[in-house]
Amino acid sequence: MATKKSRQLRQPPSASTTKAPIPEMEYLIIGNSAGGIAAAEAIRELDKNGKLAMVSEEPYFAYSRPLISEYLAGERSLDSMLLRPADFYQRNKIEALLGTKVARVDFGPKLVELEDGRSLAWRKLLLATGGTPIVPKLKGSHREGVFTFTTLEDADKIGQAANRGRTLVIIGGGLTGISLAQALVHRGVTVVMVELMDRVLATALDTEASRLVEQALRREQIELILGHTAKEIVGRPEDDRRVGGVILQDGRTIPCDGVVFAIGVAPRTELVAGSAVTLNRGIVVSRRMITSRRDVYACGDAAEAYDFVHKTNRLIPVWPNAVAGGRVAGFNMAGRRVSYEGNTGMHSLNCFGLSTVAAGLVDSKDDPTCEVLADSSAGNGTYRKIVLKNNRIVGMVFVGDIERSGIVFGLMKDRVNVRRYKEALLSPDFGLGTLPDDLRRKRLSLANSQRGDASGNGR
Amino acid sequence: MGCGLCEVYCALAHSTSQDLIKAFKRERPRPVARIRVERTDGLFLPMQCRHCPDSPCVDACLTGAMYKDPDSGAVAVDPYKCSACWTCILVCPYGVITRDIGTGIVAKCDLCPGRDVPACVANCPNEALVCIEDGADAQGSRLAAAAQERTGGH
Repeated sequence: MATKKSRQLRQPPSASTTKAPIPEMEYLIIGNSAGGIAAAEAIRELDKNGKLAMVSEEPYFAYSRPLISEYLAGERSLDSMLLRPADFYQRNKIEALLGTKVARVDFGPKLVELEDGRSLAWRKLLLATGGTPIVPKLKGSHREGVFTFTTLEDADKIGQAANRGRTLVIIGGGLTGISLAQALVHRGVTVVMVELMDRVLATALDTEASRLVEQALRREQIELILGHTAKEIVGRPEDDRRVGGVILQDGRTIPCDGVVFAIGVAPRTELVAGSAVTLNRGIVVSRRMITSRRDVYACGDAAEAYDFVHKTNRLIPVWPNAVAGGRVAGFNMAGRRVSYEGNTGMHSLNCFGLSTVAAGLVDSKDDPTCEVLADSSAGNGTYRKIVLKNNRIVGMVFVGDIERSGIVFGLMKDRVNVRRYKEALLSPDFGLGTLPDDLRRKRLSLANSQRGDASGNGR
Repeated sequence: MGCGLCEVYCALAHSTSQDLIKAFKRERPRPVARIRVERTDGLFLPMQCRHCPDSPCVDACLTGAMYKDPDSGAVAVDPYKCSACWTCILVCPYGVITRDIGTGIVAKCDLCPGRDVPACVANCPNEALVCIEDGADAQGSRLAAAAQERTGGH
């Protein structure tokens, strides 16, 4: 059923699927999600006609992967998952090679070999390959009923197993696990969530906010098993090939009909492994998103881009950073020197109606030089925390009333010294109006100055 | 003066009934104002979307719901595509995108499409809110309602 519906998102057969020789591409983008699309749009802002191709192993037009949760919940149709209108590729003169996997990249002669045997030549290459969900090598993880949750295809597979009355175990209490849990609850599935850390969203939130999210999950009858992980996936008594349960490290068995691994993503770097492109955990890029190899760019979950809080390049697999990096890569590929201003880990979550946003260093335990301002006195699940270092905001958590969180995020991003008014940051009526006059005027003119020198830093 | 009429008429303009009494008394979900007057120590600061030429909310949107209208330059939301993840709220440096709990998606200034002048500007008794067209934007002309600051006590 789902496969039939999925055709709505598929590229209609066209010239690009024939065996005709493909000319040299000025720009070749591997990847067709956040980073790749942002780069293609940036390229087209500067170069309307240069030959541009995008390759993706998924056969679909770019769709919003975060929406697979609503899709699985039965709340979203495929056509409303498209990131861009269906004529996006045609309108932007993009050769879309979808459903085609790249077999090999030759960085010397600048060629790409596709698995279907075709080759493409390129002048500028962008690796926007994203990440692959991590599946631990676990006894029994080959069994039918073991899933990951990243793509539309994953959602379709889980959908077939996730019927009312079934039990699914989610390994991992991060954003992916929680968005999946929400979808499964909608489908009437019993959900057990196993998290290795002693709290959910341990890398995104601080302890207090994690507890509020845990309350929201438990209210929906989701069973949370914290501080534990799976040791083995066992089969069914009547059919050993299919998942029948999960054995945890403490020896207890949770009977279930399926297991989903949601413990994170690893950067997809297999195309550059062993090449001249420098690889750390992800592909190493400069502030212009150029790899160690000339004319080769990288962005998104595959790349290690600059984090302005940690003041170093690191993996931050979140959507907004992939878009920001993709835009910078695209501009530079098309000849405009643009520098990535840096980003940091940021998360937003609407968990069964509980609104949570967080960014930067949310847990300051590791750094005694940090100053923490926190307030949970408003009650009703409202909580605010701001982490400061040398009077600059380096981290923030807002739960409940999140409307003014963006002002704080902006002050953090522009490294504004907040010494004069830091107490005001937590006040319930905090807004631009509570900032000192001079700073308020600067912050209000941000849009006019394209967020450049009007940050209010006074540097 | 901090009268808040802009908030009232904004909510009304975005109501189903378009009737002041019905909109505020009976309509469910209650229409939400996309402009908010910050009131601090005699300062009244009406805040709404700036329709930034380089808009962080559009870049951060996970679903493609937030977009820049190619003709007007206005930043708008496709309600059908919004998934209420609130990422746009986190990245808006003005804090002017709101959760609309009634509809379950975000609400923000849309410059009142279909009206000559946005409702907040049309109903501001002190002409503190003005609507200007900014042609400097590379994307073409850009409309933005801008507020002149009234600093009563300062």
